[in-house]
Amino acid sequence: MIVTVASGKGGTGKTSVAVNLALSIENVQLLDCDVEEPNAHLFLHPELLKTEPVYTFIPFVNQELCDHCGVCSKFCQYHALFTSPNNVLVFPELCHSCGGCMIVCPKKAITETKNRIGKLNFCAAEDLTLVYGELEIGKPMSVPIIKAVKKQMDKSKNVIIDSPPGTSCPFIETVRGSDFCVLVTEPTPFGLHDLKITVQVLRKMIVPFGVVVNRAGVGDNKVYEYCQQENIPILLEIPYQRKIAELYSRGIPFSQEMPEWTEKFQTLYSDIGKLVKK
Amino acid sequence: MKQLTVLSGKGGTGKTTITAAFAVLAKNAVVADCDVDAPDLHMLLHPEVMETREFRGSKVAVIDKTKCTNCGLCKENCRFDAITGDLQVEAIACEGCGVCAHVCPVGAITLTERVSGSSYISKTQYGFMAHALLNPGESNSGKLVTLVRQNAKILAKKENRDLIIIDGSPGIGCPVIASVTGVDAALVVTEPTLSGIHDLERVVQLLNHFKVTPFVCVNMYDVNTDNTNKILTYCKDNSIDVVGLVPFSSEVTKAMVNGKTIIENFPASNVAGEITNMWKKLSTFLDL
Amino acid sequence: MKICVTASTGTIDAQIDPRFGRCAYFVVVDSETMQFEAVPNLASGASGGAGIQAAQAVANKGAKVVLTGDVGPNAFHALSAAGIEIVTGVSGSVKEAVEKFKRGDFKKTGAPTVGDHAGVSKTQR
Repeated sequence: MIVTVASGKGGTGKTSVAVNLALSIENVQLLDCDVEEPNAHLFLHPELLKTEPVYTFIPFVNQELCDHCGVCSKFCQYHALFTSPNNVLVFPELCHSCGGCMIVCPKKAITETKNRIGKLNFCAAEDLTLVYGELEIGKPMSVPIIKAVKKQMDKSKNVIIDSPPGTSCPFIETVRGSDFCVLVTEPTPFGLHDLKITVQVLRKMIVPFGVVVNRAGVGDNKVYEYCQQENIPILLEIPYQRKIAELYSRGIPFSQEMPEWTEKFQTLYSDIGKLVKK
Repeated sequence: MKQLTVLSGKGGTGKTTITAAFAVLAKNAVVADCDVDAPDLHMLLHPEVMETREFRGSKVAVIDKTKCTNCGLCKENCRFDAITGDLQVEAIACEGCGVCAHVCPVGAITLTERVSGSSYISKTQYGFMAHALLNPGESNSGKLVTLVRQNAKILAKKENRDLIIIDGSPGIGCPVIASVTGVDAALVVTEPTLSGIHDLERVVQLLNHFKVTPFVCVNMYDVNTDNTNKILTYCKDNSIDVVGLVPFSSEVTKAMVNGKTIIENFPASNVAGEITNMWKKLSTFLDL
Repeated sequence: MKICVTASTGTIDAQIDPRFGRCAYFVVVDSETMQFEAVPNLASGASGGAGIQAAQAVANKGAKVVLTGDVGPNAFHALSAAGIEIVTGVSGSVKEAVEKFKRGDFKKTGAPTVGDHAGVSKTQR
């Protein structure tokens, strides 16, 4: 089963839920797709087994074959190519690696070359494996790294994916193909507002989902009212407790110090299993 | 005209709470909510929308099934897995590159502009606001950020405002880059957690990369003073000004539930006091 | 020689639009005859790559010089590669700017004058 842990709003406790869930069940592969700010490894202190660079492909123009006709730069929707009277310039930050310029070039002067945008880290923490992506500073596109992380998916395992916040491309790429999405929210107006947006996206994508309310007890009851109205199952509530916040701040998954939570996360996982079967 | 971006790297550190407070304190600013994926600022500032515009951020391929011969060349050439087995465009994955339209031997595919969201120009009790909303499942938030910033600039010019305060989004990728390029200063709101520290360092590197002066605010600094000290040391080693240490307070959530900024709802609170001090320091730097 | 000036409207008396990538019009003036052609900048509302798109349009028009306010790194790189001379910090009307250029009042700009995405942010300082 592939379960993505997400939230529209950042900082609601996504990573915390993903990590505690991963530690509570067996045979887990955790994929951290929050490649802009990966954090799961901070809670797991895993052994780093290896790293692999992630590349995108960008055009390489053979200036000997190129006759500066300008067809490539005209075709490029992202304006990543500029044709001057004597050469063609490539702007890697704007390129989406669609390969179109290679196809349209009448002189077959364009091939592709690698452009490094980040890396994958392969880790192990006891019997759990963790793969996390890391976007290089200053590179705009996180989606190719998310795709690279997901390529490492081992479907023989219980796959848990930590999603980036937000509801646009990085989140969509992360949750695509998941059997279930756990939405972590907090019972505040911001939490509710961002939850609603995420719910709309997931309904459009036809991914089943349920809610985990973190910091229960702060804020108001509107998240509960909304979930009831919309028939969204509330799978778990994590109360606001100083101890949990404090353990989080030190990078300790709270179920490790509060063993009663291991069972709760196991129940969460089996509840998800039942919902997926339905 | 000056521009200040408030951002955080890690989400949920209190960026929007602080931006909203600044909007009240600044008096003469245009506010831009550039967290277009999950915009929350309007819940505290209650803008009255004066103008709505469609956002056409990208194109999407459309297959005319009456012309399609099911040859599959489009699927074969698409790098984004955006064409399904039965040769339908999966709009959510399509990046509008146009390769499929080019390779289609019978001209069955066209690129059409798609409406990906809306941008708004609004008025609040404290001035003007530019904001936006992506439609569910739409992409290109970086482009929408660019549009919101353009709108904010037009507003500022028209209304003779000398400052734009930008609420950024979490992360370090495309929408964040779009919200920090060319600004005069950035305030990074962090929290004393391991994740907060880790993400702070990445955002500071990003700001250095784009040559934007960073300032740091440690929110809820008293939740873990050891970590706060680590942040202070990090900032000192990197010559970054820490302009505020904001204490944890349940009043912040209460104000949010009441739909008010902390300055309006709890003007005498420690949090309001510290944010006001921070604002004074930043406005001195920005020479306002 | 063709001189391209970034302008807020499409006439020779128009005020200079200081943003290169996101200006409203390019007014391309023949420095000998002072005849001009106004080209709307299709990149002005572009969401990304405006500088490069604009540079391409200017290069395609055969301009040898660009007179503008500020130019970002991508556009600078592209214009330079096309052998187009760049003069920044220019203000006033299109006509005045071209006349000043003919008199040799301007100095060529050796580097981008603003950071990335500047047309989106820092132009009306």
